[in-house]
Amino acid sequence: MHARPRSVLAVILAMLAVVIASLLVAGGTAASASTVRAAASDACTKPPPRKDETIHVQGCLSDLREKPPAPVPDVSFDIQDEAGKVVGSGKSNASGVFDIPLPGKAIDNLGKTFTIKIDKSTLPKGAALRNSKQVSLKVTLKLDSDVYVTFPIGDAEGAGTGKGVQALQLAVGGLVFALLLAMASLGLSMIFGTTGLTNFAHGELVTFGALAAFGIDSLPGEIRVAGTDVTIAVAIVFATVASAAFGWLNDWALWRPLRKRGTGLVAMMVVSIGLSVLLRNLYQYFAGADTHQYSQFSSPSPYHWGPVLVTPKDIFVVLLSSAVLVLVTMALQRTRLGKATRAVADNTALAAATGINVDRVISVVWIVGAMLAGLSGVLLGMTQGFDYQIGFKILLLVFAATVLGGLGTVWGAIVGALVIGLFVEVSTLIIPAELKFVGALVVLIVVLLIRPQGLLGKAQRVG
Amino acid sequence: MPADEVTDPVTAKQVRSSAGATAMPPETAPARPQVDVSAARAALRDVPHEPGAPKPDPIVVVDGVRRTFGGLTAVDVAHLEIQRGVITGLIGPNGAGKTTFFNLMTGFDRPDEGDWSFNGTSLKGIPAYRVARRGMVRTFQLTKVLSKLTVLENMRVGATGQHGERLLRAMFAPFWRKQETSNTTKADALLERFLLIKKREDFAGSLSGGQRKLLEMARALMADPELVMLDEPMAGVNPALKQSLLGHVKSLRDDGRTVLFVEHDMDMVRDISDWVIVMAQGKVIAEGPPDSVMGDQRVIDAYLGSHHDQDISEDMEDKIIAQAQAEIDDDNSSTAPADVEGEHRA
Amino acid sequence: MDWQSIFSEALQQGLGPVAAVYCLAAIGLNVHFGYTGLLNFGQAGFMAVGGYAVSSFVATWGLPFWLGSLAGLFAAGVLALLLGVPTLRLRADYLAIVTIAAAEIIRQTIGSVTLLTYFGGQDGLQGFSSSFANLNPFSGPVGIPGVVTWRPYDFWTLLVCWVLAALCCLMVWALMRSPWGRVLKGIREDEDAVRSLGKNVYAYKMQSLMIGGLIGGLAGIMSALQHSAINPSFFATDTTFFAYTVLLVGGAARVLGPVAGTIVFWFLISFLDLFFGQATSGTNPLIPDWLMNSNQASLVRFIFMGAALMLLMVYRPQGIFGDRRELAIDAR
Repeated sequence: MHARPRSVLAVILAMLAVVIASLLVAGGTAASASTVRAAASDACTKPPPRKDETIHVQGCLSDLREKPPAPVPDVSFDIQDEAGKVVGSGKSNASGVFDIPLPGKAIDNLGKTFTIKIDKSTLPKGAALRNSKQVSLKVTLKLDSDVYVTFPIGDAEGAGTGKGVQALQLAVGGLVFALLLAMASLGLSMIFGTTGLTNFAHGELVTFGALAAFGIDSLPGEIRVAGTDVTIAVAIVFATVASAAFGWLNDWALWRPLRKRGTGLVAMMVVSIGLSVLLRNLYQYFAGADTHQYSQFSSPSPYHWGPVLVTPKDIFVVLLSSAVLVLVTMALQRTRLGKATRAVADNTALAAATGINVDRVISVVWIVGAMLAGLSGVLLGMTQGFDYQIGFKILLLVFAATVLGGLGTVWGAIVGALVIGLFVEVSTLIIPAELKFVGALVVLIVVLLIRPQGLLGKAQRVG
Repeated sequence: MPADEVTDPVTAKQVRSSAGATAMPPETAPARPQVDVSAARAALRDVPHEPGAPKPDPIVVVDGVRRTFGGLTAVDVAHLEIQRGVITGLIGPNGAGKTTFFNLMTGFDRPDEGDWSFNGTSLKGIPAYRVARRGMVRTFQLTKVLSKLTVLENMRVGATGQHGERLLRAMFAPFWRKQETSNTTKADALLERFLLIKKREDFAGSLSGGQRKLLEMARALMADPELVMLDEPMAGVNPALKQSLLGHVKSLRDDGRTVLFVEHDMDMVRDISDWVIVMAQGKVIAEGPPDSVMGDQRVIDAYLGSHHDQDISEDMEDKIIAQAQAEIDDDNSSTAPADVEGEHRA
Repeated sequence: MDWQSIFSEALQQGLGPVAAVYCLAAIGLNVHFGYTGLLNFGQAGFMAVGGYAVSSFVATWGLPFWLGSLAGLFAAGVLALLLGVPTLRLRADYLAIVTIAAAEIIRQTIGSVTLLTYFGGQDGLQGFSSSFANLNPFSGPVGIPGVVTWRPYDFWTLLVCWVLAALCCLMVWALMRSPWGRVLKGIREDEDAVRSLGKNVYAYKMQSLMIGGLIGGLAGIMSALQHSAINPSFFATDTTFFAYTVLLVGGAARVLGPVAGTIVFWFLISFLDLFFGQATSGTNPLIPDWLMNSNQASLVRFIFMGAALMLLMVYRPQGIFGDRRELAIDAR
């Protein structure tokens, strides 16, 4: 069983074909649906700092149903002091920002508690506070700096949007996220399976994809094919290829030499942490710390499927990532190379003894793994924007998914990612959205407690 | 720790004469009933040569122990007794489940079902470290020396019941210094006996394969075990060292210890065992004194196909097998094998 | 380029209170990673529970400072227990993943709006350090004039931190020369071997996790006191990685490794920071703006840290002062 370059090429070409095909399919819908709106970065620009003696209450209203969140203008606020007296009021401006000065000098207001109330009747139709009970916020001033508050705006709760529908809507978002997570997790799991490396720099492979696509996207001008703007399509393809190359480079320049030296797995783990820190900061060095959006695909209008809203972007991401996942798992099952990969994962020494070129197999695993990670990075960037640490932010969820499914198992990584992805989104029905990642990580720890080998892992002695 | 703190005067004397050790702390010496070797061997004369035969004075009794990995039954021993005070060899073709059996007996793995006892007390569900404290200490097929510790430190780790191993007392040397000194004396005596005394201050990682085997055996003796379980003591040992290793194994019996060992090297098995147990495909297929067992048709059948060329390149083959097994074991313990198919999952 | 001020400030940082806090954190990691081989990637979590316990006890509940400090240590111990129970029986990488996840859980939970009233959300807590500040015997700048000086409170905290670090090192020394420490080192080398010799490996690992965690908690408490404030960003994952780098620079499994590592590493990155800071500031910077602006200059320290961590692990896992033969981590 030799892993031939031809079959490597075949897998890569097939993946690219899938990417391009689904881009063509979705490109049409997206192009028609995309009405380029004011760039998202307009929302929530903080007012410039002033030099005066007063404390201002500031905040920003953005509609979190939109991605990126859209500003909500013309909503009124009141500020009451401890006695309930209204001491200030204001309205959100076009970019959703409100800025209400408190009367008196900063020093006089320290230690006092103010209540900031939102006037629900001024909210636009259909919009409501995500947490309907949170009409007011209490703030105790401790520093003589401005106070910044947020009121998350989402769907109006009420008739037609019961828990069931909400859950369904969240599940759509969860599915999108889960599939993206699955691609990243599959990459991590394949690399772990064949090399034993727990790669803490895997998140940086994800970010690499997002940034590579951004590189194409931010080139001046547009790339047009037959009159259609296909910049983003080209960007995705480029990012996928670049990620593959980056994965190969990772292995060739770093991990293979380390394997040759017989470096221990623990040491490699620490090296991967160093690599993660290094890459993450290099990304920030070159791409800055801002959150970016790709120029296209910014806000296509959603379809109504029954009570559930689905954006063309969601459909595109789901189709593309499912196709890629199916392709890769099929390739692992059916092709010679896939079988060789599994043999290496199962027992490296034995695989080598039967004539499998282990180094080449591992190279391919890195290429495919990084490609999956990079693609998930681009698509993640498309759905929710990205910055230099997008991959690092989801790294723990990727780990959670792989460990949940069973470290090193392919189906496990996918199943684990589906569970984690859906859980992250749907759990926000019950727990505050800000704690949704926490919930998923708690699930990880609980699963380890009950079933250390993961959901699909072999029951083996692990300690 | 076993509760009994009886120091058999005879045992103590034996240790002194053989190991030159000064009086050892009473709690580190599990009571080792004195066994007359020739009597024990004589007792085996009347034992029938068949699997699961009852022994006159068994130290270990195994009943219905089964261990499966997925669909594969690695160990399935209906009944087995191991005689006290003699050297018992455990042989069988590769994959017969010998090492798994060792792991099960010593608490390093758990069987799906079955019970087994040591000195009459059940060891079922007892964690490995407690099994060792009860006086049943094992070595490993792949020697597990603590590479970045010196040979002497390796030996000291072996001593049981150390006050200084308790966190709160550890910080204050007066609590443990005296015991440490006596442990060191004992360790030195053992190192002397096992010809490692010159390596005393070297890192254990710098030792040769054979020296590691010796160190592991000596270290096991620091705990004064009643039963020493040696997993392939000859694997990877150069021929020059083999004879002296054989002598060491025999001397364990002369100390009054019971020895159970797994080995591929038939010469060694023939040379030193008083009794041989043969396993194949997880089951005990034959038992008896070495000569009678090796002529047994079942045994020959079991070996044919995997070891039919025993005499031609035995050493080579053993080396290869040990190496391959080592790599497999290593992989299994350090890396979860990625079963990509996933269908075989339970 | 003002070399003298760069050197002086780098020295101030290298011996300063922030460095000393990292030294404490690294001493804890040394017990975990250096001596026992436990991959705790969540030292920031131990620091967070320690720091937040003391600050919330005082600032939120108005309890005395000493009680808060005790609570901080207690909380770190409890965290070790909670993390150890599910993971210490598992393979090393599981502990790594669980600890890093736990640290993130703690950080995100503490910083959440839901618990704003107790922990102050992303802004954190202030105004809890007055009892500690009142003990400060220094009133003017302390140091060697012209070479390096600290403000009185900074000197007070750095003094306390370094004294604590010295005590911790003393404890580590006493423990690691004992049979107890020998068992830990044995576990690091091969836990099955140690198990086969009758040692309860699980219990030893738990003790190690708790001791290192307590020292981590101490680091968190000192971190809060040193800033006189606390917020979740102190305890990001990178904090743990910093501590690892410090440990590896000085050499793991060496009693004074964290101390040497802290001083050297902190001096170096402060030096880089100051150098690139100066080189990119002013109207006519030494390094042109297109190559590096002042924002980018502040990243150099992290880039350096990442590279240092990798290179050390590959080429000098024994640390810059260590002897390769005594290499504790099997890095090769």
